[in-house]
Amino acid sequence: MRLFRALFGTPGTAVLTVAIAALLAWTVPSLLRWAVAAATWTAENRRGCAPGGACWAFIRARLGLFLYGGYPPAEQWRVNLAAALAGAALLGCLFARRRRGAWFALLLIGVPVAGGTLLAGGLFGLRPVPTADWGGLMLNAVLSFVAVGAAVPLGTLLALGRRSPLPFVRGLCVALIEFWRGVPLLGVLFMGLVLLPMVLPQGVTVDNLVRALVVLILFASAYMAEVVRGGLQGVPHGQREAAAALGLHPLQANLTVVLPQAWRIALPGVVNVVVDLFKDTTLVSVVGLFDLMGVVNQSLKDQSWLGLAQEGYAFAALLFFGCCLLLSLAGTVLERRLRQRPEGG
Amino acid sequence: MKFGNRVRFWVGAAVAMLAAGTVQAQTAIPVPGPTVTAIKARGALACGVDTGIPGFAFQDSKGAWHGFDVAYCRALAAAVLGDPEKVRYVPTTTPARFTVLQAGEIEVLIRDSTMTLTRSVQLHLDEVATNFYAGQGFLVSTKLGVSKITELNGATICTLTGATLELNIADFARTNGTKIGTLLFEKSDEAVAAMESGRCDGYTDDTGSLAAVRSTLKVPADWVVLEGVISKEPLGLHIRSGDVTWRNIVFWVDAALKTAEEAGVTKSNAEDMAKNSKDPLVKRLLGAEGGFGAMLGLNNDWTLQAIKAAGNYGEIYDEFFGPKALDLARGQNKLWSQGGLHYALPFR
Amino acid sequence: MSTPASLPAGNGRGLARPPPPARRPSFKAVAWQVLAMLAVAGLIAWAARNAGDALARRNIDVDFAFLLTRAGFDIPFTLTTWASSDSYGYALWVAGLNTVLAAALAILLATLLGLVLALMRLSANPLAAWTARATVELLRNTPQLLQVVFWYFAVLQVLPGPRASLALGGAVFLNVRGLFFPAPLSPWFGYALGAGVLLALGLSRLLPRLPLTLTAGAPLLGATALAGALTGWDLPAMRGFNFAGGWRLPPELLALVLGIGIYTAAFVSENIRASIGAVGWGQREAARSLGLSPGRSMRLVVLPQALRTLLPPLTNHYLNIIKSTTLGAAIAYPEILQIFARTVLNQSGRAIETMTLVLGVFLAVNLLVSAAMNRWDRRLAFQGR
Repeated sequence: MRLFRALFGTPGTAVLTVAIAALLAWTVPSLLRWAVAAATWTAENRRGCAPGGACWAFIRARLGLFLYGGYPPAEQWRVNLAAALAGAALLGCLFARRRRGAWFALLLIGVPVAGGTLLAGGLFGLRPVPTADWGGLMLNAVLSFVAVGAAVPLGTLLALGRRSPLPFVRGLCVALIEFWRGVPLLGVLFMGLVLLPMVLPQGVTVDNLVRALVVLILFASAYMAEVVRGGLQGVPHGQREAAAALGLHPLQANLTVVLPQAWRIALPGVVNVVVDLFKDTTLVSVVGLFDLMGVVNQSLKDQSWLGLAQEGYAFAALLFFGCCLLLSLAGTVLERRLRQRPEGG
Repeated sequence: MKFGNRVRFWVGAAVAMLAAGTVQAQTAIPVPGPTVTAIKARGALACGVDTGIPGFAFQDSKGAWHGFDVAYCRALAAAVLGDPEKVRYVPTTTPARFTVLQAGEIEVLIRDSTMTLTRSVQLHLDEVATNFYAGQGFLVSTKLGVSKITELNGATICTLTGATLELNIADFARTNGTKIGTLLFEKSDEAVAAMESGRCDGYTDDTGSLAAVRSTLKVPADWVVLEGVISKEPLGLHIRSGDVTWRNIVFWVDAALKTAEEAGVTKSNAEDMAKNSKDPLVKRLLGAEGGFGAMLGLNNDWTLQAIKAAGNYGEIYDEFFGPKALDLARGQNKLWSQGGLHYALPFR
Repeated sequence: MSTPASLPAGNGRGLARPPPPARRPSFKAVAWQVLAMLAVAGLIAWAARNAGDALARRNIDVDFAFLLTRAGFDIPFTLTTWASSDSYGYALWVAGLNTVLAAALAILLATLLGLVLALMRLSANPLAAWTARATVELLRNTPQLLQVVFWYFAVLQVLPGPRASLALGGAVFLNVRGLFFPAPLSPWFGYALGAGVLLALGLSRLLPRLPLTLTAGAPLLGATALAGALTGWDLPAMRGFNFAGGWRLPPELLALVLGIGIYTAAFVSENIRASIGAVGWGQREAARSLGLSPGRSMRLVVLPQALRTLLPPLTNHYLNIIKSTTLGAAIAYPEILQIFARTVLNQSGRAIETMTLVLGVFLAVNLLVSAAMNRWDRRLAFQGR
């Protein structure tokens, strides 16, 4: 009865309910028929797929490529291990009741060092895997992890610099932030591909992955800076005054009083930036890297599986949806846990 | 003060990650000049290919590269390094392809690209040889009742951006006093889907690609490839201008593949013919006589390796465009002796 | 460089607000700045020298003279006149206008829909809250490019073919090729309409007491009627394969605006929700005790305060939208990236020049928007405490 009133209590709600129900009744059955009932799950090539239904056999045949790109199959356990490590560290940060500093250290120092060693190889008898072979979803994950990890401190510095009383420092930070926020990522990735090797002295060349990373880090930092600045503006002025009254050095006041509160306010925005960045990593195919979308697009050109764009895109959307949902969830949990801490903790 | 600690972690981690990212990035650039030296030093040929296009370059479900252009990369690597597997494929996007070649990241660009005067002169690039003669054709709905390209006045055509396609249409319309609207897409999948849902009256692309597109349509019988083409698209092998040795190698590897078809040398009989053939042309072609390899700074079995790796020109064409693949009639891509355009210079 | 006078000084020295403007800078501060300046200048000089060497070594010259040459291609949708005999430089302007149009429409859509979603999510009705939540999660967790492509084909699926167009009185037609409507034959139409808009703005400013429908509506209606009477109309009609004549809004524009606008609305709604949450409960209770209805307290008390923390992220989203119009290239909308970084780049082969121009245009537009938003932001921060 309460549910009924919630759904049909007012005319507006009733209209909404009917509209949503109609929309669902219109779309869901035909979608299910295509995706499940009429779908083909195993086939040798496209001719083996029944028309009118999804051809998931295509996804199955290429799953390895979608997830790992050209990473050698015999070495793919290394990717899985690195992912497990990162996942465990993230869970630790979110749910550990004590020693959260140690978990954060693991996530921000341990995971990059161990993960980098695992993925690149060349140490401890691991076979080196050139970055040209990295690809698929794994590449999206690596790019966004490194970019976010670097962008949080860099962005915070930029945000503080933008509020600095020193005109040159402030001007420099404003210029950097506004430049990187003002240009489309697709364009700067292309410029990074062309220009980065040129501004370095002759004889030094930069890996394609690093070029993309440099651009992504700077790009993400500018956005992070603005979100953190929004948080800084939300910190009541009295907090800083109180810190000064306690005799804290300005740096100390920033680190222990102002920034923690600013980050807490900025957290939803930070999560937005992270999720956005994860999806933006799909643009790296312009510099010849093959992330998930790049691999999907390339797979559509395989002569045994021509004309399966819907399946490829649906699968990519589903994977991205899953990953991003997890990220948003982690953000929500973190937001809630930070709110539980006593003020000024 | 817990937050103070966390700040230090964030900063430390950032520095560590930045360092980890750049350490493995430092390698030596190929010094401009003798390209072959650079290839040998690296132990692999850096070959620029398309990011994915049926027939010319695509990856199978294991991630291995196949295609008409890829076969050329393999032949080149076999000729220079003696091993067709020693290729580093560099997938290049349309806007980046020539820049990547200019910047020295690849030694050769084999990517269904057409050389034009502007590209040659302004970008200082050479199209050394043509491996595929294409032209721009049209795929239209049978419902239009159109049989010739000139009847397309007032139609809207879906096509791809970043190629010479739109300019050809504009030129064609200007010449014939017709008006053909174009809608430019980044990828052929979207362009074809838009055409199928009625947004455009047809689709235009190189004849090589049209065949692939038609085979993917829901009802191929509803669509017809119009007779005739409106442009010349000699797709070929591109290098930076300046390195004469490298230019000669690329030119003569292409010539060898075509000469092999003329002389009946195939992937499977090449080894045997190199040893036993009495034909002086075959002997010179396969390096048993003449010492052509040494003149180019290569081993004398360079052509033998190339043909064993990729097959002769006809074999390569059949593998990717023949009746068992995309089923595209050979047309202009026949040898000159059969009425086509491929006319290799003599091996002597 | 304008000083953000409203912001608290970053180093804790200036406790008074706004900080004392003419404080003598300490020696340390000056020294640090000079050091930083030298470092930046050195870095730039070093990079410039390397780049010069590299360009010379690779035989790449940088030359913008190609902008004056004939473009030769067709642009399917333009706001001003375009002929294929125009120059590359003019193509930049035409494509730039298309970009601005798509961005402006998408910003409008994102803001309104974002507010609706945020209010739905905060509402007491569980169904509305749940729907908003599901919508937001679905939208913000899938790549934008896929959404734009999805909307494009959704729009194309729904619309009928050209021969089965939906017609309105023989003057307006809707089909898969776009929305066709009559166009005025004379430029006087534009001038009359412009005068009407100016008059409406002036009247509504001068006579704020009269209802807006009267002060703004009457001049606008009058101007439209007058302009229509002044000029003849060019009616769209089926000719050959397509409709010709009149004005046309292509489905690509609609799909692009829907794709970017709806996607960004999800993010905007999250920020609005967070900002509303940051306004203390006391404010709402105070508003209620003053006898304001929930709707009025939201509009008059909560939202104005939420705006303060909302503006920086909102600016980000607006800039994002402007840049996201580049996704139009995937669905054949002739915006600046497609026309310039694809067609022109490919035809002229001038990768560095064209990309620099595209980046420059985006930078200029975004700086303008950013500056305007920051100005507004400073005014808000200055007033609020």
